[in-house]
Amino acid sequence: METGDGASGSSSNKRPEEDEITEKNRKPEEDEIIEENWKPEEEEIIEKNKNLSVLVVDDDPVVRRVHDMLLQSIGIKAHVVENGKEAVDLFCIGLSYDLILMDKDMPVMNGIEATKEIRGMGIHSMIVGVTESDVDSEKREFATAGVDYCFQKPLTPERINFILNDLNNF
Amino acid sequence: MDLFQLQRRLVDYRASLYHEDFLDEQFSQLQDLQDENNPDFVVEVVTLFFEDSERLLNELAKALEQPIIDFKRVDAHVHQFKGSSSSIGAQRVQKACIAFRNYCEEQNVEGCLKCLQQLRHEYSLVKTKLESMFQLEQQILSAGGSIPM
Repeated sequence: METGDGASGSSSNKRPEEDEITEKNRKPEEDEIIEENWKPEEEEIIEKNKNLSVLVVDDDPVVRRVHDMLLQSIGIKAHVVENGKEAVDLFCIGLSYDLILMDKDMPVMNGIEATKEIRGMGIHSMIVGVTESDVDSEKREFATAGVDYCFQKPLTPERINFILNDLNNF
Repeated sequence: MDLFQLQRRLVDYRASLYHEDFLDEQFSQLQDLQDENNPDFVVEVVTLFFEDSERLLNELAKALEQPIIDFKRVDAHVHQFKGSSSSIGAQRVQKACIAFRNYCEEQNVEGCLKCLQQLRHEYSLVKTKLESMFQLEQQILSAGGSIPM
């Protein structure tokens, strides 16, 4: 899913209703796998995911570790940084990622600023905004900056699956 | 106490933590992420949470002691505390943070100080509970048993 033409990632290409996707509407098969079938499916998923590059941006060490582990459990070794500036610097030196999990409130440079800068560099990778609360105005502000989705932290396995399914259909 | 009794005790203790809202679903998510490759994941994350929380509580106390209180700064700390507590499923701590943020918005010093006290209290309760739970788990492992799910 392209975020639209133009480096600024205008909000008209955003789908605000995506924010409202709840776990009710998303029940990937992974949840319903019974004991005997677990191993083969798990390996398939890990195989599929191992070439994905993911950047986790969050100022809280607890959240960083939890999100990192969540990704690790499905075969993704994420790159983890502490604030928006560190994230932007990575793009400046030419690194690229399939997916960025961007916390909103961080010191030095917050998620909104970082998203604007990254989009301003012409980068169309999927950016998922991660917010503290479920407030619509916060999500809208983040969407305007250029994120593709916005979820409240912490991310759950269901949310991650949803994001990866979408990423794979890019 | 024999192994079976220990395991039984752990199961009941864990259930009580959920029942009394000390922990929520997010904590079980963390337990689900723990596996043979990362056998200490839960303890690791909870330890991170303890360190982070202690730092934040100190920062909060300092910020509220200032002659002129910077409520934005206080709010930023509480905000972070809310994020980390929700990430490990420490529900009562998380709720205390929400109340705290309301007083920050109102710039109510009295309210903030009360909330800090409440937050300290909830944090120390969940810390004690989690440490007890980990100790029970350790005893079971030392007795050669496995941790029941």
